[in-house]
Amino acid sequence: MPKLKLIKRENESTMARLVVPVLSIIMAFGCGWIFLALSGYYPEVVFTKMFNGALGSPYAISETIVKAVPLMITGLAISLAFKMKLWNIGAEGQIYMGAFAASGIALALGNGSPYILIPLMMIAGFAAGALWGLIPGLLKAYWQVNETIITLMLNYIAIYWVDYLVFGPWKDPNSMGFPLTPIFSPAAQLPTWGDSRVHLGLVLAGIIAISFYLIVQYTRWGYEVRVIGESSQAARYAGMNVARNIMLVMLISGGIAGIAGMVEVAGITHRLQQGLSPGYGYTAIIVTWLARLNPFVIIIVAFLFGALLVGGFAVQIVGVSFSITQILQGTILFFLLAGEIFLRYKLVLVREEAD
Amino acid sequence: MKAALYHEGVVNLKQIPVIEMKGINKRFPGVIANDNISFRVYPGEIHALLGENGAGKSTLMSILAGLYRPDSGTIKVQGKVVRFHSPRQALEEGIGMIYQHFRLVNNFTVAENVVLGSGNINWSINHELIEKETQRISQNYGLKINPAARVHQLSLGEQQRVEILKMLYRGCDILIMDEPTTVLTPGEVKELFQVLRMMSRQGKSVVLITHKLNEVMEIADYVTVLRRGRVVGDDRIENLDEGLLTRMMVAREVIHSQARRDKQDGSMILNINNLEVKGDRGNTAVNNVSFDLHQGEILAIAGVAGNGQKELVEALAGLRGVVSGSVKYEGEEIKNHNVKSRIASGINMVPEDRIGMGLVPNLSVIDNSILRSYYKEEFYSGWLLNYKRVRSYTDRIIKEYDVFISDSRHPINYLSGGNLQKLLLGREIDQGPRVLLAAYPVRGLDVAAAEGVYDLLLKERDKGTAILLVLEDLDDIFRIADRVAVMYQGCIRKILDVEKTSIDEIGSIMVGAELTGV
Amino acid sequence: MDITALSALLAATIIAGTPILFAATGELLAERSGILNLGVEGMMLVGAAFGFISTVNTGNHWLGILAALAGGGFIASIHALVTITLRGNQVVSGLALTIFGSGLSGFLGKNYQGAPMPYQFKPLNIPVLGDIPFLGPVFFHHDAMVYLCIIIATAMWYLLYKTMWGLTIRSVGENPQAADAVGINVARVRYFCTIAGGMMAGLGGAYISLVYAPTWQENMTAGRGWIAVALVIFALWNPTRAILGAYLFGGVEALTFRLQTMGINISSFFLAMFPYIVTILVLVLVTIRRRQDAGAPEALGLAYDREER
Repeated sequence: MPKLKLIKRENESTMARLVVPVLSIIMAFGCGWIFLALSGYYPEVVFTKMFNGALGSPYAISETIVKAVPLMITGLAISLAFKMKLWNIGAEGQIYMGAFAASGIALALGNGSPYILIPLMMIAGFAAGALWGLIPGLLKAYWQVNETIITLMLNYIAIYWVDYLVFGPWKDPNSMGFPLTPIFSPAAQLPTWGDSRVHLGLVLAGIIAISFYLIVQYTRWGYEVRVIGESSQAARYAGMNVARNIMLVMLISGGIAGIAGMVEVAGITHRLQQGLSPGYGYTAIIVTWLARLNPFVIIIVAFLFGALLVGGFAVQIVGVSFSITQILQGTILFFLLAGEIFLRYKLVLVREEAD
Repeated sequence: MKAALYHEGVVNLKQIPVIEMKGINKRFPGVIANDNISFRVYPGEIHALLGENGAGKSTLMSILAGLYRPDSGTIKVQGKVVRFHSPRQALEEGIGMIYQHFRLVNNFTVAENVVLGSGNINWSINHELIEKETQRISQNYGLKINPAARVHQLSLGEQQRVEILKMLYRGCDILIMDEPTTVLTPGEVKELFQVLRMMSRQGKSVVLITHKLNEVMEIADYVTVLRRGRVVGDDRIENLDEGLLTRMMVAREVIHSQARRDKQDGSMILNINNLEVKGDRGNTAVNNVSFDLHQGEILAIAGVAGNGQKELVEALAGLRGVVSGSVKYEGEEIKNHNVKSRIASGINMVPEDRIGMGLVPNLSVIDNSILRSYYKEEFYSGWLLNYKRVRSYTDRIIKEYDVFISDSRHPINYLSGGNLQKLLLGREIDQGPRVLLAAYPVRGLDVAAAEGVYDLLLKERDKGTAILLVLEDLDDIFRIADRVAVMYQGCIRKILDVEKTSIDEIGSIMVGAELTGV
Repeated sequence: MDITALSALLAATIIAGTPILFAATGELLAERSGILNLGVEGMMLVGAAFGFISTVNTGNHWLGILAALAGGGFIASIHALVTITLRGNQVVSGLALTIFGSGLSGFLGKNYQGAPMPYQFKPLNIPVLGDIPFLGPVFFHHDAMVYLCIIIATAMWYLLYKTMWGLTIRSVGENPQAADAVGINVARVRYFCTIAGGMMAGLGGAYISLVYAPTWQENMTAGRGWIAVALVIFALWNPTRAILGAYLFGGVEALTFRLQTMGINISSFFLAMFPYIVTILVLVLVTIRRRQDAGAPEALGLAYDREER
């Protein structure tokens, strides 16, 4: 009887590396289609709505970019930590902390020059996010405390902290009870592209991607990161300081995610508010993994996931819950993980002789 | 030699073989591990399966034990055709295999390991009962063991006994052992052979996978020799001798490296005094160790693995902190120097773990070639790595040290053990060491690759490098080293001139025999 | 604080600890077999949604419990397929499970957002024991699920340490090569433990939507799944310690709710942070006191491939 069998490949397949992610996305949408149909919706209507909402017009595309920017920056932030096999799933909290610190500067220094204000906000955002990354980094480096759980717990703390501020001391007295701060002065707002909401953050994402690529591939420190990520024993043997690098990487990873938070308040909301991030920190994990930690691919994948988010908002009009985007995200990731086995193995038909 | 492919009638005409494998083929990516192999074992026979590393012995036996499935071929047990899909089915047919890396659960007791998966106990475990049962079987075969001890507390020799017990508990009739003596001291080898003879007398068959000729001559009734995946000969032991077997194994005269030469007294370069080093679990791994290392000599460290050799080498290379004592390099105290400054002053090291410590898995050969020099100015243009320079450096190492590679941009995971070691050793030697530390540099290599490694080391020695070598094979120590230091429980028990000692003497010191007249 | 308030606090502690204990016991089982499942939060949410929706529609909370078991087990089986058969990364697959479970529960629960649970579990009326002053209200006035939870956690301890099944499960988590060599089907054991673990997470979720906060809210588990994961580390992979730990966390949560009524003036947002801060502190203390991997199954998080050379 012929049987399917997994056989180890001699070399990792380049072809599979391209095909697997694309196929994962297609199959996830296929599953979403079936799921929607079973739930009594018309999938073709939902997906058309989703597509048009995300990519159907110049405005839609600009909105997709708006959502993609924080995903790009956060995805890059996460990729650095993942490169060292540090499971930083605290980007969500780091975004909130960055947004909080940047807002603090914007609210306190109100009417300064934008050339001073914006860099200051960026530094503050980076610092606050970095602190939120450094805490688990420190614990990991010195006591091997599980960073996954610490970063996650810190997410909840950061979100409640921002809630406290926008419901309490920082609340706009004229907000009619809504949990938000007063709007920033124009000097604390990022310049935008024409009439759209696309802002300077997009350029920033590009700069970060290029710098990450250069740093990781071409510098001494990048070499250390790559070696530590594969084997801390080899790093020790090469005389690298593993503990210091764990802290440094978590600090930078948290800091960049903090900048994503800064960019979001300075570029889009122009104020600190509750529910600032609809889970960018989690979605960015999928983006990063789908891009196999490659900074340029992260930019592209983040755009696709931005489209998924915008499309997810659009389908609410036809009565479908926004949760469908989460279902699709999770499913894509499952297919991707499942598909990765084909990078290392190939499926062959084996004929077993009859007994 | 007239190699009879099958040995019908040689053992006993009336008996049918307990095992008969015919036309076995098995491919792994890039290698044909078994090429049309036929193999038979008779009841009560101690059968040696002889061959170099990589000859396909372990693969063949893993197929017999149900771990791998052959691409084609048939297996008969007691004359009945079988097809194994898992080790369980092989066990049910009475075939048990003991692998080189023991398959024991460290946190379980001996008795728990013995009964695990046996199906003899249905639900609740009565520890007293299973320990008694374990005790009973162990006494039957003279296997000394404490059934209530946890496996991680046991020496490797004792762990091997647990593995044998596991198989006996399941009523195995055919026991396969993969290189069983590698982890044993000479005394333990003798004990093991007694146990095997006892089993053979009770009608059980034993297959010994080995590459050590002297052991084959001592214990085996029958020998099958494999080379590059094929059977090249088989016969009763009476019809064979070591020379014949060697020629079958390697199909060429092995020219052993000319190690001995007139001893020259180099000047002392490394002086270690009362060194104490902690192990990974905070235990004292190296205790009060003192010795000197001279230029142009090879000092071998002998001892059962896990007696502090690894920690000693790591401490000397700067990978592990020193608790107390001193390490003087040309008279200068260096015990607090870090790895990089030790590399700069000419102390290089080849670690035990080739992939994982010595080389970085999943990184390319190019990246790996600069692992221990990645910070050097010569590889950079400004802040950025200049891959052109790195690449030409890599190419030089590959060429000079004869590393066989299809593409240096590929990850190192796809290299063979011999090539990995040449790359690693080449990279270290290329830095021009004055002291070279190497832990188990030939482990797992075939004879030719091992000779290549020894040649490199001897050449270095002749250049005046001081070499500290941790080895497990006592024969090799006598061939290569000038002096030998025996480690036992973190201490160096004795340092001897190789020409003035014997394997037996070292073997007894290795297991902590009381030293007389010291 | 008077004695009535104290007994009420302790009773609330047990209730608040119950969902965490269900989930932690399940996760502990999966991790004992070597499978790290970080999707507990997602599995709890699916259990909560399935349990809530089927109870509302059938009017029978036991059918709701069954649905929660099925839901948790179902999505855990995805993780099992991805990590066991296809050898995918366990950390990332667990995260995917959390995202997926949160999406699925939100999608299904959309029409029930904020709806109350009309069919609740009634506290049992245990004669004699229930009448003991102080101890009665603390321990013996709970619903059946509370006792079921303690029974399951205790039975888990017995299973893991006193039975052949437990030996088999632990061997697979410690050293799958060794288990395989003696004929244990590693994949089958891991599937069983992962799915059973998911079912227990589902139970924990259902306890929240049916009993603890009898309503449906999106993401209503609010990180308890993650606390359960932390609890397994705290418990050093031992179910009896998990029972203790779960009630410790339950106590923190119960206290959080009561602090304000006790006249202590702290912003509710800081109180809400409290359980997460405690989780961090506990985890740090436990890890510093012992090494991180102390007690962890040796093969935790590693895929098993028999022909890996």
